[in-house]
Amino acid sequence: MSCYDIIADYGLRSLGIGERILPRSDFTLCHQFTLIGSGLIWNLYFGLLALALGFFMATSLALAKAASNPLLRKPAEWFIFVFRGSPLFIQFFLAYEALVLLPKAGIEVFGITIQTAWTTKAWAGALFVLFLNTSAYAAEIFYGALRSVPKGDLEAADAYGFTGWKKFRKVVWPTMLRLAWPAYTNEAIFLFHATTLVYFSGFPAFQQRGDALYYAKFFADKTFNPFIPYPIAAFYFVCLTLVLITIFGVINRRLNRHLPGASRPKLKVRPQLIR
Amino acid sequence: MCYLTSGKHMLFYTSFLVVMALMVITAPVALMFGFGGALAARSHVTPLRWLGKGYTGMVRGVPDIIFFLFVPVAMDQGLEYLRNLYKCPPSDAPIWANNEFNVCAAAKLPLSTSPQVWHEAYGFALAVIAFSIVFGAFAANVLYGAMNAVPRAQLETAEAYGMSPKQVRRRILIPQMWTYALPGLSNLWMILIKATPLLFLLGVEDIVYWARELGSTKSAIYDYPHPDWRVWYFLVLLFYYLGMTRISEIYLGRLSARLSRGQATMAGEAMRKAGA
Repeated sequence: MSCYDIIADYGLRSLGIGERILPRSDFTLCHQFTLIGSGLIWNLYFGLLALALGFFMATSLALAKAASNPLLRKPAEWFIFVFRGSPLFIQFFLAYEALVLLPKAGIEVFGITIQTAWTTKAWAGALFVLFLNTSAYAAEIFYGALRSVPKGDLEAADAYGFTGWKKFRKVVWPTMLRLAWPAYTNEAIFLFHATTLVYFSGFPAFQQRGDALYYAKFFADKTFNPFIPYPIAAFYFVCLTLVLITIFGVINRRLNRHLPGASRPKLKVRPQLIR
Repeated sequence: MCYLTSGKHMLFYTSFLVVMALMVITAPVALMFGFGGALAARSHVTPLRWLGKGYTGMVRGVPDIIFFLFVPVAMDQGLEYLRNLYKCPPSDAPIWANNEFNVCAAAKLPLSTSPQVWHEAYGFALAVIAFSIVFGAFAANVLYGAMNAVPRAQLETAEAYGMSPKQVRRRILIPQMWTYALPGLSNLWMILIKATPLLFLLGVEDIVYWARELGSTKSAIYDYPHPDWRVWYFLVLLFYYLGMTRISEIYLGRLSARLSRGQATMAGEAMRKAGA
């Protein structure tokens, strides 16, 4: 069987397309690269969606935490504390066990039955946890940036007669993003790394459709040789990290385009956040 | 109430100690690894510098969970391979063949005849090594940055006094480095606390294992007299971790105030002014 056939059979295996039975023997390098790469689809799915949805949630949370009204501030503070203060691994377990306890038949709300079975599936449940988690981490970053928006910028906005939404949209928000961007890049990288936890934390891999690390562990368990599958998974993640740094670097340049060359902050990726 | 003091629950409570032991053992070992890595990355010897840079760079792109899965198995197989070389009768059979790892019984670690305690201790030791390697790399990053943050003038003054590079490192660089390293190191401690449930992935019977085991309606051996309680057990773990991080935050805040005293930094300057 040529490598082309293997890619055709297993390239989309993690989505349930192609060959149903995973290889049992004669694991070639091609098998390992293809299946682990196919699992990467799930890492991308979790990471991209959680990041995209979490961005808006994080902005709102940061604003709420910076608000003077305690009715807004306190819940935001607690939310951020709970999700940043506890391990993501435990959050996954807790969410899964809580979702399992929902009534199987569905919940009746105003005569409409809401199905609950899908919430225990990884694509929904784990995504929800990751979304809340990254929102909390990013909110703390945005909150810090929000507090360091220069006073002069705000005074300039006042001088132009900007108020409310316009002031936020034109002055506060861009500056906040600009200041937060390096730390937010870190957060994005570690969010993608955290997606590897999903299938090790209660959420079952339905019909063996797992993520990259799930398949890497599958090969390591089957061949008793960890020296091939894990480095392959590591290789994929290094590539993913480099792509992320490139994309975020482009955005960083755009956010800082009005600044003179020397004072533009460079993206410096430091591993400061993992869960 | 008596139910919560049953033998299994006692094991659950002792597993909290296992987790704490992991943190307490890992932290200094990782710090040592980090020191070695940071000093190697600053070294004038090129291969050593590459080694240091490679070590510190390795955690940036790769999820830590891969290391947690990889290092224990790799260590285990490495050790057994070495023992295989001089304990086993020479044979032509390849080590990795037929999807198995073939070493003779005498090379197994720990020996299959040794008591269960040793198997558990061995698993725990492998976990400590895996954690130390990963967190050592993180710590090396932090310490490397901190060493570079010590004002150049301080080191030059020491050189002007005629200190050797070794003396500069020991008397000036390392004592002054701590205040710059502390924010990063306290962050690392938090991360370490939050990484401890990953012990479960390494097959150690830790709090996650027991929470799953005790919370479910039936164990491998018999049925528990309660419905699915796992969610409550995990809630307890959540509060445990929240408490741990909160307490650490308070103590690390105090430590950072203590270390800023008399330092040529913004925090130190603020303290000097407040005192005067």
